[in-house]
Amino acid sequence: MNFEMPNFALALPEIFVLCMACIVLLVDPFLGERNRFVTYLIAQATLVGAMVLTLGLSTGETQHTFEGGFVRDTMGDVLKAFIYLATFMVFLYSRDYMRARQLFSGEYFVLGLFGVLGMMVMVSAHSLLTLYLGLELLSLCLYAMVALQRDSIAATEAAMKYFVLGSLASGMLLYGMSMLYGVTGSLDIGEISAYIAQNLGHNLVLAFALVFVVVGLAFKLGAVPFHMWIPDVYHGAPTNVTIYIGTAPKIAAFAMVMRLLVDGLGGLHAEWQGMLVMLAILSMAVGNVIAIAQNNLKRMLAYSTIAHVGFLLLGVLAGTENGYASAMFYIIIYALMGLGGFGMIMLLSRAGFEADRIEDFKGLNERSPWFAFIMMILMISMAGIPVSAGFWAKLAVLQAVVRADMVWLAIVAVIFSVIGAFYYLRVVKVMYFDKPEDTAPIESAFDMRIVLSANGLAVLALGVFPGALSMLCIEAIK
Amino acid sequence: MSSEFPLLSLVIWLPIIGGLVVLAAGKNDVLVRWLALAFSMLTFLVSLPLYTGFDSSTYQMQFAEEASWVPAFNIHYSLGIDGISMPLILLTSFTTVLVVIASWEVIQRRVSQYMAAFLIMEGLMIGVFCALDAVLFYVFWEFMLLPMFLIIGIWGGQRRVYAAIKFFLYTFLGSVLLLVAILYLYFQSDSFSILDFHDMRIGMNAQIVLFFAFLIAFAVKVPMWPVHTWLPDAHVEAPTGGSVILAAIMLKLGAYGFVRFMLPIVPDASHELDWFIILLSLIAVVYIAMVALVQEDMKKLIAYSSIAHMGFVTLGFFVVFNIFDSTNSVVGAAMGVEGALVQMISHGFISGALFLCVGVMYDRMHSRNISDYGGVVNTMPVFAGLMVFFAMANAGLPGTSGFVGEFMVILAAFKANFWVAVLASTTLVLGAAYTLWMVKRVIFGKVTNAQVAELKDLNMRETLVLGSLAVMVLLLGLWPAPLIDVMHASVGHLLEQAVSSKL
Repeated sequence: MNFEMPNFALALPEIFVLCMACIVLLVDPFLGERNRFVTYLIAQATLVGAMVLTLGLSTGETQHTFEGGFVRDTMGDVLKAFIYLATFMVFLYSRDYMRARQLFSGEYFVLGLFGVLGMMVMVSAHSLLTLYLGLELLSLCLYAMVALQRDSIAATEAAMKYFVLGSLASGMLLYGMSMLYGVTGSLDIGEISAYIAQNLGHNLVLAFALVFVVVGLAFKLGAVPFHMWIPDVYHGAPTNVTIYIGTAPKIAAFAMVMRLLVDGLGGLHAEWQGMLVMLAILSMAVGNVIAIAQNNLKRMLAYSTIAHVGFLLLGVLAGTENGYASAMFYIIIYALMGLGGFGMIMLLSRAGFEADRIEDFKGLNERSPWFAFIMMILMISMAGIPVSAGFWAKLAVLQAVVRADMVWLAIVAVIFSVIGAFYYLRVVKVMYFDKPEDTAPIESAFDMRIVLSANGLAVLALGVFPGALSMLCIEAIK
Repeated sequence: MSSEFPLLSLVIWLPIIGGLVVLAAGKNDVLVRWLALAFSMLTFLVSLPLYTGFDSSTYQMQFAEEASWVPAFNIHYSLGIDGISMPLILLTSFTTVLVVIASWEVIQRRVSQYMAAFLIMEGLMIGVFCALDAVLFYVFWEFMLLPMFLIIGIWGGQRRVYAAIKFFLYTFLGSVLLLVAILYLYFQSDSFSILDFHDMRIGMNAQIVLFFAFLIAFAVKVPMWPVHTWLPDAHVEAPTGGSVILAAIMLKLGAYGFVRFMLPIVPDASHELDWFIILLSLIAVVYIAMVALVQEDMKKLIAYSSIAHMGFVTLGFFVVFNIFDSTNSVVGAAMGVEGALVQMISHGFISGALFLCVGVMYDRMHSRNISDYGGVVNTMPVFAGLMVFFAMANAGLPGTSGFVGEFMVILAAFKANFWVAVLASTTLVLGAAYTLWMVKRVIFGKVTNAQVAELKDLNMRETLVLGSLAVMVLLLGLWPAPLIDVMHASVGHLLEQAVSSKL
């Protein structure tokens, strides 16, 4: 077998992020507390550079390298661009929050960048091995990030839970992958797909492999009944880590679903559709109903994430290009809304005070009408009320489901979205109808205010003009 | 009037932009009030050419606009009005001016947000009446809930939070089913155009399912018995302006949905199940009127009276199938629909006026209970005169607009079925009973307490608002022809659609 020189140019963004992450790792120990912002600046510059590289190298064609283990296509480029954007905003929102809590350390940025690298590898993976490599790189970074706040009992407990359950999920996924390899004799996603296309018919081992793969994916996405880690991790982790976990990795997880289930096991669509239907209904039900009982905003958003994953799965299970594009549209918009939601918590938090209870938003309209408005946009968007991006996201997945001749599922979904509207409205209610208890002025950096406002307005703007982004997703999936 | 000029867009977006300007004006309450008045007046003036430039000889959509909005899903920004929607747009822009004036001194807290909410809502409501794309319709329809939610929740009464959330969730539940129905139609036709939906063929089973989806969506908004329970709560807790908009316009949106979606899109199912809607309407007319009789709270009484009157509207829409079956012509049936449409406009004026009257008293006494009043005529003679007039109109006194619509619907009902007509006619008795009994207890009799004895009569502002409504009620009652004329062609077309099978 000849060794073929891989085309490194295709992986240039990954290589760049890897090098820069190492540079941050090396530079950071030599910086004093006072110069820590240099680490922050390098990390942000890395993300901007990666963005430039990814968009600059984007050709619109699908290209493989590393002997088929790595793929560069439009979907990957778009998803990576949004991963950089989300991470950039996460770092920006987190800076002052961490400073106020003595958490402003280089490790956060190093782990964050390695996490981004892991996500990029996941997005571009075209072999089971590459996929697993990216996933584990991401997961290890996340475990460590949750535990960054060493003194906090909640954070360490969350990290332990996350680690144990995450490892279990990885094990499941790996077991499924090994069976896939056993059946098809290949790790390459393209070859697996070709094998399945040729050998249609019932194959018990393949069915088992599929079950394990779906369970692993459901764990990583946080779909019910594999969601147990989400509320505790979201709640226990410091908010700057929660926002990281809640946004960019979701985009990567979507990419993983696309690569594994759709590209690899697309031939088994009939089999996995039923599983995803169950996961979707359970996620929407459990997420929306339990969120009502939450008084902690981070926990509420965690359950809301679970519900959103249910909606995301609706798009995937439709099993059409239209459906995948809708799901992609959904996850990008979800990431934007999640950024804004957790960003608001960080905006209202200050040294020694964590604004993560719903009561902390009481009377926000009197304290700051502008940010109350931004939060309202985010909430109605999560509830799926027009005019907001969230409405179009829901519309997109619902029409995909109706097109797949599952009107009943669409009805179930909208009923749960009405239930969900209640707890989002409760946040609007406390902001607008109640008197403020906390009257401290909202102090935050200028750039944070600007970016958070832009974040909220983007959700509104995408609600008025969703055309371009939805077209982009359709192009990307083709 | 050239059709090139995007007049409808202007009427929709002018108040919305006005709302944003008012929000930006912020803390300066005086400036805010004048700005809000200026924008609402301007919108009203801009909406007038819709009437003067309207061609009542055709049922085609006029002032049409069309632009691609979301190409990925074939969604268009398409607007247009016919004889059914045009009067409702004028009603909206007219009522908003009155609401702005009526709230002038009454609202002292967060004035800019209050005015902005009403202006934005005006634009959204007009948008619903203009939209010819189902998703555009849905966006306006749904987004409208938010300003109303805030209006009830921020400026409302004691149980405002409960009422606001109940209002929101009830109507949200109704409308998400509408969304699924729209998506199903899109799946069948690959278009979101409402006019395309009118022309497409649909099987009977699908029609019946769609019928119920539409029914739930619109019945909640109208509201029809038994999904009406949000309305009394919302009305009682909302500030006066909110109640006026709710009664005068928002309820009409539900009825408008029936004529824009249900009758033309699922005519066979409507034909098959018309008895069901007639039954619900009659329950609203008779039972809810009786409920209104026993109310202690004036706002609640008017809220129940609204439900009963809206029952007439739905009755008017759905007796047409019976008339058509017996006479085989749409001419007789037209009276039912036209009567219902006149009733919608008339109820907009009358219920708005009654809520404003209650508001006038509430501002002085801070009570809505009937028992706290008595003998108001002695201290507020001008007000008493107007209130009695509106009460008479509400009871359907000939010469007022309330009479025209009810009379036409009852006449049509007689053509359809004698017993339906008899039950519908009870409204003339019951309506008179609950309205006049309330007037008797509140306005007439001896001055019951010291507070009433100190009441001051209407000021200029209040006289202007109530006076202009009285003029409209009288005008429409004595000379309804201009209104009926603009509707005629559109109603004829609607009935053609409703009686021709799509199977």
